[in-house]
Amino acid sequence: MSEKTSVTLNINGRNFSIQVEPRRTLADAIREDCGQTGTHIGCEHGVCGACTVIVNGEPVRSCLMFAAQADGKKIRTVEGLARGDELHPMQRAFMEHHGLQCGFCTPGFLMLAVGVLEREPDIGDDELLDVLSSNLCRCTGYQNIIKAVRAAAAEMRGSK
Amino acid sequence: MSAPTKGSGSNWVGRSIRRLEDPALVIGQGRFTADLPAANWVRFARSAMASGAIKSISAPDGAMVITAADLKDVKPIRPMLHKFEYRPIGYPVLADGVVRFAGECFAAAVAPTEEEAEDIVDRIEIAIDERKPLIDSRDAIASGAPKLHPESPDNVIVQGLVKTEGFDAVWNGAHKIVEITARSRRQNATPMEPRGGHAAYEMSTGRVTLTCATQMPHLTRTAIADVLGFPESDLRVVAPDVGGGFGQKMSLAPEYVLLVWLARKHRSSFAWTEDRRENLIASFHSRDQHVSLKAAFDQNGKLLALNADILSNIGAYSCYPTTCGVEPLMAMAEMPGPYDVRQYQCRSRGVVTNTCPMAPYRGVSRPVITFTLERLMDKAAAAFGIDPIDIRRRNLIDKFPYTSAMGLVFDEASYKETLELAVEHIDVPAFRKRQQEARAKGKYLGLGFATFSERGGYGSPAFAARGMAITPGWENVELTIDPSGYVELRIGSSPHGQGLRTTLAQIIADEIGIEPSRIKVIHGDTDRTPYGWGTFASRSLVICGGATLIAAQNMRAKLIKMASHMLEAEGGDIVLEDGMAKVAGTDRSVPIAEMAREAYHQTHRFKGAIEPGMTEKGSYDPPGTFSNACHVAIVEVDVKTGKVTVERFVAAEDAGRLINPMIADGQVHGGIAQGIGNALLEEIVYDESGNILTSTLADYLPPTAHEIPVIELHHLETHTSATNTKAKGLGEGGAIGSPAAVINAVNDALAPFGVQIDEMPATPQRIRAALRAKERA
Repeated sequence: MSEKTSVTLNINGRNFSIQVEPRRTLADAIREDCGQTGTHIGCEHGVCGACTVIVNGEPVRSCLMFAAQADGKKIRTVEGLARGDELHPMQRAFMEHHGLQCGFCTPGFLMLAVGVLEREPDIGDDELLDVLSSNLCRCTGYQNIIKAVRAAAAEMRGSK
Repeated sequence: MSAPTKGSGSNWVGRSIRRLEDPALVIGQGRFTADLPAANWVRFARSAMASGAIKSISAPDGAMVITAADLKDVKPIRPMLHKFEYRPIGYPVLADGVVRFAGECFAAAVAPTEEEAEDIVDRIEIAIDERKPLIDSRDAIASGAPKLHPESPDNVIVQGLVKTEGFDAVWNGAHKIVEITARSRRQNATPMEPRGGHAAYEMSTGRVTLTCATQMPHLTRTAIADVLGFPESDLRVVAPDVGGGFGQKMSLAPEYVLLVWLARKHRSSFAWTEDRRENLIASFHSRDQHVSLKAAFDQNGKLLALNADILSNIGAYSCYPTTCGVEPLMAMAEMPGPYDVRQYQCRSRGVVTNTCPMAPYRGVSRPVITFTLERLMDKAAAAFGIDPIDIRRRNLIDKFPYTSAMGLVFDEASYKETLELAVEHIDVPAFRKRQQEARAKGKYLGLGFATFSERGGYGSPAFAARGMAITPGWENVELTIDPSGYVELRIGSSPHGQGLRTTLAQIIADEIGIEPSRIKVIHGDTDRTPYGWGTFASRSLVICGGATLIAAQNMRAKLIKMASHMLEAEGGDIVLEDGMAKVAGTDRSVPIAEMAREAYHQTHRFKGAIEPGMTEKGSYDPPGTFSNACHVAIVEVDVKTGKVTVERFVAAEDAGRLINPMIADGQVHGGIAQGIGNALLEEIVYDESGNILTSTLADYLPPTAHEIPVIELHHLETHTSATNTKAKGLGEGGAIGSPAAVINAVNDALAPFGVQIDEMPATPQRIRAALRAKERA
């Protein structure tokens, strides 16, 4: 399994040309080959959603995708969410509404919520709850995550 | 809500300020153990058999594989308890001759990458002379059951017995006996970050730094140095950002011992990141208990006596440092819960089986105690033909301080008041009407109550009373203002998501008039912090917060003394606020930063009246305190599928003075969500051969955003005199009351069918099975 293949990942606008085994997951490649450790791995079987990143505009679980499948695609991770020192409304809302405690699941939730709201800015509250129920958090009881995402959604709609 | 006590300053305590922890975490700059690069990666080979003698282990040629044969000088982990017929069995770092649960490590493979190490593990072969495993604690105590450890006759390795004087007379004279047999299935704390460690040898000093996802770094250092037999000063333990612990990360992982052993032996860095399957099958489990509880009442429904028999399945080994006594002995001590009952008898046993070891999990035993007691109270209410609320009103403790039948001292609290507050918000008559209407339409709604006490902030005498060889009661802190005027607090507590940096900064800010954002809290590093006990048992804000208050008061006294000298004013006229020492009613002031500079660089000006530098210490070891709450759930049970939907959840809660209400609410929300999961969804299932069938998050089900309703939270604030901050613990309470409230509600919904569920989780399968059995009968 040690034969490697060349892959170029475009992460947050920057190209990373890396050599990976075909079995290397996108999550591992982002974290270990490209050094972007903000994306976390919680289960490696696609349930918890901690590793969610945005690939070509869609939120995906990076533990269920091989790095080779993301070759040449545009990947956004939590490190690319803020513009310089200016936080994304979703990041601000999570802080404002206490949407995180240990912070381990937070990058996945941020990317999930941003990815969905960019595609579907007018998504209804019930649909939003459906989307958020695809990631797991063990600390917050979800209340404040939901509040934060709804607040950020309103702000993102307002700034369109 | 009462006003903060300080006359000067901005009164930060009591305000919902944003967390100082958050900025790094929301931009992906949190630093977790798995983020560190290592030269070598370790994967563990884990037994597929639950029980048997190891005949042989063979490793692929050329691969680096460690087995027990390589660890002859490494002692097993042997946690100690000096009471309660405790048998100190050892937990070997790698299985030595015998495997005792499916998932136990018998070898470790090392390679430059995780994938390669995993490839080696796939090729390690083990031959085991398999024995029939013991999975259920009742089977393990049956006569003729095989013995798991030579040290433990009858497989009982810890046992507590208690009986109050005069019990028999009261019991025999009682008007009515009500009883329940309850079962709590095995559960897993399931932090989102699994465990993991990274041990790096430093050539220049010969020291190893172990970075790991632990709740107690100092004790991890002590334990590993003990097991491996080297001076503690050769080991530094760092807990960086820790992605949730809930108790699972307070027990020593044998895997960490092996990482440090490897780093010392091979003078390099070695890392292991637990995967989710390992976390579910082989980290630490919790809850697995059978409880038989009987209660004697007088003719007015007043509880006279309780008689409990508790069987805790503690798995294959005892956990360090609490020992496996943690669940059974807490159950024995706290079973009377928030009820006034003078007579109590209890037998509580911890039994070894061929299952994953058990360890503390949020609430420790009290979710099961509360579940059993609160089910019993509902049964008693039915037996007396009174309302479940009334039976509680008749029996809750309402005079303080209250000394329990077990000798625990309950400080001032609000058991009845929280019950009434919750009742007020529920509008019970309106619900009962709605329930009747819904039943007529084939919709089954239920209302369930749970009242409980949450012991927090235990001082060291509480652990000493339990006979623990390690009594983690106190905390030390060091508070420094550096020459630039910034404040640094170094603590032995070690948070993992509780927002402790923020709440401690609020406590300091009030005392010394410097805003929280200029205060840094250093934790989770044995090289940089005073020895302390980490974070567990709802203790950190209470004990570390108490020590912090003392250090801040000392600092305040020093600042006032200096300011009095520098501003030529009486100490009583000095006010500390906005980063300044001011003379009240004048325009004379001096920045605290300037005072700090002088404390380091201009000490001659104070003619020896102050110690050089600006560091003050605080030490605190309180007697312990009891928080309380009433949880109420309204559920709907779909009787066709057994699905339960929690429609409403109301919690009336009293954790004393709230330092940061936003953070307090977050703790309670999270606890309640875990409790709802524990009540309805979460179950580790073993098959007959001792393998876990729930080894992924598709099988073991923590709740999602869909299963948790909006939690309606109401606070009372009984300022306790048992702590100097007047705060009580609140980390666990959410998880303690919610399972009982939810299952009582499920039973209320099922009442028309004459069906009762006295088991948690109340899964759809269990509910349907009970309904089906009734239909057949």
